[in-house]
Amino acid sequence: MLGLFGAEPAVSFNRDIRPILSDNCFACHGADAGSRKAGLRLDDRAAALVGGKSGEPAIVPGQPAKSELLQRVRSPHEDEAMPPPDKKPRLKPAEIAKLERWIANGAAYESHWSFIAPTAATFPAIGNQKSKIENPIDAFVAARLRREKFSPAPAADAATLARRLHLDVTGLPPTPAEVAAFSHDGFSATLDRLLARPAYGEKWARHWLDAARYADSNGYEKDLPREQWAWRDWVIDAFNRDLPYDKFIVEQIAGDLLPDATPEQIIATGFLRNSMINEEGAIVPEQFRKEEMFDRMDCVGKAVLGLTLQCAQCHTHKFDPISHDEYFGLFAFLNNTYEAQSWVHTSDQRKQIADLDRVIAELEARLRNERPNWEKELAAWEEGVRAQLIPWTPFVATELGSDSGLNHPTQEADGSILTLGHPTTRGAIYAITEQLLNGVTGLRFEALTHGDLTFRGPGRSRYGTWAVSELKFSVKVPGGKEWQPLRLQNATADFSEPADKLEEEWKADFDKEGKRTRGPVAFMVDGDKLTGWRADRGPGRRNQPSVAAVQFECPIEYPVGTKFRVDIVTDHGGSSSDRSNSMVGCLRLGFTTEKDPRVPPVDHTAVLALTVPPAQRTEAQRRAIFTAWRQSLSEAKEINGAIAAAWEKYPPGPTSVLHLAERSTADTRPTHLLDRGAWDRPKHAVAPGVPAALHPFPADAPRSRLGFARWLVDPHSPLTARVAVNRVWQAVFGTGLVETAEDFGTRAPIPEYLDVLDALAVDFMAHGWSQKHLLKTILSTATYRQSSVASPAFLERDPNNRLLARGPRFRLEAEVVRDTALGIAGLLSSKVGGPSIFPPVPQSVIDYNYVKPTYWIPAQGADRYRRALYVFRKRSMPDPVMSVFDAPNADTACARRPRSNTPLAALTSLNEPVFVEAAQALALRVLREGGRTDAERADYAYRLCTARPIRDNERATLTALLRDTRQRLAEGWLNPREIATGAPAKLPELPPDTTPQDAAAWTIIARVLLNLDETLTKS
Amino acid sequence: MTLSNDLHAERARLLSRRWFLRDCGVGLAGVALTQMLAREARAAAPATNPLAPRTPHFAPKAKRVIYLFQAGAPSHLELFDPKPELTKRDGQLPPAELLKDYRAAFIKPNSALLGAKYKFAPHGQSGIEFSELLPHTAKLADDLCVIRSMQTDAVNHAPGQIMMSTGSQQFGRPSLGAWTLYGLGSENEELPGYVVLTSAKGTSGGASNYGCGFLPTVYGGVPFRSAGDPILYLSNPPGFDVATQRASLDALRELNTSSLAAAGDPAIAARIQSYEMAYRLQTSAPELMDLGAEPPAVLELYGIKDAKESTFARNCLLARRLIERGVRCVQLFHEAWDQHGNLTKDVKKNCVDTDQASAALVADLKERGLLDDTLVIWGGEFGRTPMVQGGNDGRDHHNRAFTIWLAGGGVKRGHIHGESDDLGFNVARDPVHVHDLHATILHLLGFDHTKLTYRYQGRDFRLTDVHGEVVRDLIA
Repeated sequence: MLGLFGAEPAVSFNRDIRPILSDNCFACHGADAGSRKAGLRLDDRAAALVGGKSGEPAIVPGQPAKSELLQRVRSPHEDEAMPPPDKKPRLKPAEIAKLERWIANGAAYESHWSFIAPTAATFPAIGNQKSKIENPIDAFVAARLRREKFSPAPAADAATLARRLHLDVTGLPPTPAEVAAFSHDGFSATLDRLLARPAYGEKWARHWLDAARYADSNGYEKDLPREQWAWRDWVIDAFNRDLPYDKFIVEQIAGDLLPDATPEQIIATGFLRNSMINEEGAIVPEQFRKEEMFDRMDCVGKAVLGLTLQCAQCHTHKFDPISHDEYFGLFAFLNNTYEAQSWVHTSDQRKQIADLDRVIAELEARLRNERPNWEKELAAWEEGVRAQLIPWTPFVATELGSDSGLNHPTQEADGSILTLGHPTTRGAIYAITEQLLNGVTGLRFEALTHGDLTFRGPGRSRYGTWAVSELKFSVKVPGGKEWQPLRLQNATADFSEPADKLEEEWKADFDKEGKRTRGPVAFMVDGDKLTGWRADRGPGRRNQPSVAAVQFECPIEYPVGTKFRVDIVTDHGGSSSDRSNSMVGCLRLGFTTEKDPRVPPVDHTAVLALTVPPAQRTEAQRRAIFTAWRQSLSEAKEINGAIAAAWEKYPPGPTSVLHLAERSTADTRPTHLLDRGAWDRPKHAVAPGVPAALHPFPADAPRSRLGFARWLVDPHSPLTARVAVNRVWQAVFGTGLVETAEDFGTRAPIPEYLDVLDALAVDFMAHGWSQKHLLKTILSTATYRQSSVASPAFLERDPNNRLLARGPRFRLEAEVVRDTALGIAGLLSSKVGGPSIFPPVPQSVIDYNYVKPTYWIPAQGADRYRRALYVFRKRSMPDPVMSVFDAPNADTACARRPRSNTPLAALTSLNEPVFVEAAQALALRVLREGGRTDAERADYAYRLCTARPIRDNERATLTALLRDTRQRLAEGWLNPREIATGAPAKLPELPPDTTPQDAAAWTIIARVLLNLDETLTKS
Repeated sequence: MTLSNDLHAERARLLSRRWFLRDCGVGLAGVALTQMLAREARAAAPATNPLAPRTPHFAPKAKRVIYLFQAGAPSHLELFDPKPELTKRDGQLPPAELLKDYRAAFIKPNSALLGAKYKFAPHGQSGIEFSELLPHTAKLADDLCVIRSMQTDAVNHAPGQIMMSTGSQQFGRPSLGAWTLYGLGSENEELPGYVVLTSAKGTSGGASNYGCGFLPTVYGGVPFRSAGDPILYLSNPPGFDVATQRASLDALRELNTSSLAAAGDPAIAARIQSYEMAYRLQTSAPELMDLGAEPPAVLELYGIKDAKESTFARNCLLARRLIERGVRCVQLFHEAWDQHGNLTKDVKKNCVDTDQASAALVADLKERGLLDDTLVIWGGEFGRTPMVQGGNDGRDHHNRAFTIWLAGGGVKRGHIHGESDDLGFNVARDPVHVHDLHATILHLLGFDHTKLTYRYQGRDFRLTDVHGEVVRDLIA
């Protein structure tokens, strides 16, 4: 590319030599010792000077003739030539000449350009043009163009510029009035006004959503819907309030670890949870959690660092200085997390919850006032409860499984049995032990909360609730064939719901008559799986542990080697393949030899808290104990009743969010290097750490996820600010200053305008990482304001506009294509945020899903015309409109979209129902607002679509089409109502003094205009 | 192989010519100029079209691919791989040494062995044995190349299908069809170069099974839908007749040509072209889908009872029609083979649905002289366990040995490659990993699989990643 632009300057390692070595040599002679051939390393000067096994130095500085490297690349002999002739083509003579010159000049190495932090450069002097240069970016561009003997394009006309600016800031086209206002108010005032619009956040959130692989479904086979739009709305809001980019990143990676984290900061950590989730039957959950982790690494690499981190998942990176160990060092920062899900309440509801907390606190304070000796009473009660607690021996499973094979439960360090992965509606999981159980009188069953469960569980329903339909115990003596059931009886529990029919919500095909009931703990040992134990304490209190004890008819006596089996039967869920199952996600079993084993009617949360010595109890544990004591007081009936009534008012969250949460200190997850990156081949442990080639991790910073997040946005980072700047530049100019937006590594050549990139990066950080400032800086340049009309010489010399001697011109991105049509038509809804909407999608697309999306009910009314940002993204069924215009399907992070131009896209914008509705609405709008004559209307329609007045030849074309169409309508060839409304008998809502024929004729015109290249293009 | 450089050079050449015409005027009036530009835009299409036919690395044996993807994973033990020893040991536990480090999906590895539910017999001169469930396929024994030693890495459906389709269990890579189209381009300008046809239910792998991954969008598979518009949004809006559509597109072309003259952006010429192709597609796609012109004997050959009903059989015939029209790659997905239970009944039904049409397609291609340079692939994402799942009528996922078959396109005929052990559990001889299969397919298409690359994220990606060996024994 460089050769295109003029005389070559002196040879530079980064610009000229590294790309040659990287492309041809590093795969075998690079950083990865595992794949290194002949012991030779060329990415490191010292090593290259020593040479490999042959003993010949590969490079002798100043002496090309003595350098083995040159001899090899020139060698005509097949066994000697490099790169190996069967693997790679020979180097070009020009490349060899460069290597020779470089060695002759001393073979100096440089760090790769992107690993050296950007510094503010001195702006070039521009001679007599200086007076015109208002912006340092323009100075760099002007200097470069001068050197290349180019001259910049003239400024674009006002209409073009107004449209370009509106599209770039808000993703929406300007109205004719806004075009006029632009001419009146000027560029700068318009820019400020647009940046303040909510549409700015909607437009710019979308670019981040690509990199963050945002979707509304989980992907893989089941591809069930997920609720994640609260995170999407957080991103929109972050842009609109101009949350500084450093905070933007920190909150998304570790918002939950910030001191006094707000609900918003926890929602922000949904970023890394945008990974796909596999819920296929029979999967091993840890395999796909690792896949999610790999995806997170890939995402942080592409979106924040501009590094191809995933290339080091299986082995040391072939090209960039990221070792296999360093990959897992980064991995370790993110690995100690739960895959959490939490409710998201509206701000009103948060107030309501705060009120509720206050009311309860007041009532409890009243109770304490009424009982001055309450601390002593509580201590005595505590003693009393403790006396009722009996010792339980943990159940140690020798085998775990599920009768269907759909689930693979695991036993955790604390003895709990965790079932993640596929949620089963009907079936059982079982645990088998060979412990010697002689003398055992009873079994304890605990349903426990866990960070990986929906709202911490203990259940796996959409509320984290559960039901145990049956708890079964059976025995197989040594040599026995069958499992012999043992009867369980006298069940006690800390809490049970009253007996009642199962609610409508859990209705299932296999129980059409509604025979199933739920209620007391006895239901789980009554031998009838139509009845089940449930302990849902209602919204606000349902996600807490529960406990039950059951007794054997007599103490157990079996020979050594007997196997004991517990089955936990689930049959209280709704339909399969959704979230209406009733599995217990985390449970623990225990045995006792005490006589008449029972559990006291005290919330298990409090009982678990009682096992902690008083001085070590957390506030939550103290509260749990206090609550349980309070509930035990028969004299406190009124206060307890009032508190229970307050809880009844706990508001259900309208949505939830998937996010990261740090694992508890008792349950930390170490990171191991994975051999060949395979999930089930752990090797040595790896501590959190960052690659040596990047800026150092501050010595005093914690080696935590939060420390990592802060390291990412450390001003010393050579990459973070550049990558952010490049993303904005790419969105505005169509191509980034670094073309490979996802890869700033050694394979990325020095950008043509590294000086511009660096100046912007430094300025970005200096202005508090303000994204609005950054966009404003870029848009305020003369470079941006140039006309996109290409001069012939430039077009030939620089077809891709890498030198920026003209303004940007390229097809709008998918969302903007749709939003533009709706905006021009006057249909676009301005509502910001909320649940994603379902666009109309052909039935053949809906039908072809592994699990049919029965929830897909196309939006009507204003919601149908929401911005494309809000269109539901189902991963295995990419939206046909978005994908045909190159929107990614969010399987993985996307830092750069391709731009295609296909007949399928043409068919879509011509015929897809929403586009057709836009054409129909545009016709009526033109008739309503566009004047009395066809000529006036044609001009108005052109202004709506392209922002500019119509040209004479264009008016002639439209007039001719109108004339012919009106004639065909008059002759009865066409049904005007059908064209104008889509229904043969339906009348359009006609403006005064217009006819259905007018509406039909203009619908045909409008459809043409919505498909103009100029309408679909930013120019 | 890199396309972008060639395309850029060609575009630059074209642009200079256009600019010469416009700026130097050469005495042309404005109208004549725009006409000339439009004409040139059409003429220029092959050079700038990323789907233009391209020559592979060496002379190809196969020029087209039809992939009959049997999603859900058919049982090799009921269809292709006779195991008397398995039948003999029905009900016994598998030998412990087999199970070391073994993982199925649902079942405990230590489950009883299950003998094949159907009988096998040798067929043709080659004597290849097929199950009684495949009477039609069996008749083609001497035309097929059966691989009984397939292996893959995945044991769950979505990753398994993505592995088979893209060479990686991780989503985001281009599919085999996309690589094929990227490498070879298309020989039909009227139809997409990579067409996807579906029957039975949606696949576990979803749209990523035929996606373009990181390749440009144009290389992705285009589903021809089983109901409604065969290509999405092919029909004009209600009330718009053909004359209206033509008049609208004529006006659009004039207006866009005017923009082209004003802005000089070659992308405008390409857009004009796309709208014209869309118009042609509106005719060619329904014509393609209309089986009315096929003689009754042909419908009978494929076992098509109702030419309008969307079935695997109809898709097989459509595949032949697409191939005849120069479409490079046709992929059928039939997601029906996940027999964890009801094996006896369901595997039979699946064979009734697929056997006759699969065989008819091969026979029909042969009859028309298309089989020699069309590669047909039949198979799923993995196989099924020799061990039982559930009572006595199901098999779990099994990735250590399974069977697929190939036909035409330069592969051996009447040939069995590889062998599984006596229980159909492990490969006993000549294993063929998915990567090897991909390498071989690309080889048949004329590519060195290590050199058909696309630079993405600084790395030259391949269909076969860093793996794959061409299986010479498959090639005629």
